[in-house]
Amino acid sequence: MRGLPTAAVLLAVFTGSLALAQGDGRRSGYRDMSPALQKMQDDDTANPAMLFVQAGETLWNEKAGTAGKSCADCHNDATVSMKGVAARYPAVAAETGKPVDLEGRINLCRTNRQQAPALPAESDDLLALSAYIALQSRGELIAPPNDVQLAALRTKGAEIYKQRQGQLNLSCANCHDDNPEKKLAGATIPQGHPTGYPIYRLEWQALGSLKRRLRNCVVGMRAEAWPYEATEYLALESYLMERARGMVMDAPGVRP
Amino acid sequence: MLRRSFLAGAVTTTVTIVPFAAHATPDTLAAVIKEVTGGAPLREGKVTLDIPPLVENGNAVPLTVKVDSPMTADDHVKAIHIFNEKNPQPHVFNAWLSPANGQARVATRIKLADSQKVVAVAETSKGEFWSAHTDVIVTIAACIEDAT
Amino acid sequence: MANVLVNAPKTAKKGQVVEIKALIMHVMETGYRPGTNGRIIPRNIIQDFTATWNGREIFRMKMSPAIAANPFVSFFTVANESGTIGFRWSGDEGFVAEHQVAITVT
Repeated sequence: MRGLPTAAVLLAVFTGSLALAQGDGRRSGYRDMSPALQKMQDDDTANPAMLFVQAGETLWNEKAGTAGKSCADCHNDATVSMKGVAARYPAVAAETGKPVDLEGRINLCRTNRQQAPALPAESDDLLALSAYIALQSRGELIAPPNDVQLAALRTKGAEIYKQRQGQLNLSCANCHDDNPEKKLAGATIPQGHPTGYPIYRLEWQALGSLKRRLRNCVVGMRAEAWPYEATEYLALESYLMERARGMVMDAPGVRP
Repeated sequence: MLRRSFLAGAVTTTVTIVPFAAHATPDTLAAVIKEVTGGAPLREGKVTLDIPPLVENGNAVPLTVKVDSPMTADDHVKAIHIFNEKNPQPHVFNAWLSPANGQARVATRIKLADSQKVVAVAETSKGEFWSAHTDVIVTIAACIEDAT
Repeated sequence: MANVLVNAPKTAKKGQVVEIKALIMHVMETGYRPGTNGRIIPRNIIQDFTATWNGREIFRMKMSPAIAANPFVSFFTVANESGTIGFRWSGDEGFVAEHQVAITVT
């Protein structure tokens, strides 16, 4: 039920014939896309997200800040050191003792280790690094760590997920738990698992984070989006990653 | 038919991008095609236009156009022109080829503002014009971002 | 330097028809979209894309606002001689990007 052997999963990813469906009924949004979009995601030479991955690889090796260090100076080869990392976020950061998502972790390194300014939310550089790191988790199983703080966040996230809000009085659960695979205005409702983030969303014509997608959902429901720094996003991300525990990551994904 | 059963239970949403400016129309489409052919007859055939018949988002629609041609010095495709029917302007792209291509096949990703017809016109070294067209249904993502 | 991702074989047999794929990061702003202030965002697109083999043109494309952002192009070409395949994109606001790959033909 939970998780195929990692080697077999990796093989499936690289041959492009990724099932991305668990025996327990959970399925990645990849499965809800047309074959044409699946093909766009599978082909690394055509996936627009790979432009961001390439930019991320350059940044990984670039010295930054007054410390004059690059990510590579501490973490060496990302294909080794970052393997499976994105699949284990949000996590508790050692420096602050508080939970962070992957973007938050990158910025902690920027400010604390590189002595460089934090990268702005949804900036090209932050997304590029996040995409490059997330690529190293492609084919890995989502395995968020266990910790008392994370458990509390997940509980809060679960509450938000089930809370009706906005002018349409909808909760996330109304669509993604109660009506997945059905249509909403011609679009297929996915189950809402964050297996592909950061994603190249055709609607954005750009790469974006899970936080950006969550804001879209909330605005789409005609509710007021929480400010960018709000802990609601971290709570939801933590809950969603727990809900997707054991699913295969297909980052960086393409989505409509 | 496949398309009808696909649409059962679904609603097609049209997206108007520009409330102010003019849109391409079937007449504009005919006019730009005529600019290319100079009025020479347009024959259906030899050209294959591959676009998914139903796309989830009009912002990036995969398109492949192939022309059946030996691509020799005597008989090759000189140019491929793609046009649309309902975007704000009728052009999609023009590609110029020669025997150096070996194969007349071009793929890219295009924007479609609405469900509409897409037309491909291939110009050969013999002065012939071959064409194909496809009707595409364009839907949009359900939760649209508010840029504010 | 523009962010470009080109996929071309490093080696080929003489006479072999090979596929070339090119991706470039570019906003391809159509000139038809209103911004958050209600005013139309000015057009900013790549207009011309050319590919050359040892300096001779093998492919040329004129793009319109109907080409999707971060344009992707795939075309085919006959491998005749070893050398350099060159790519050039140019467009609005003086945009120019160039890229080259080497290929060995045996």
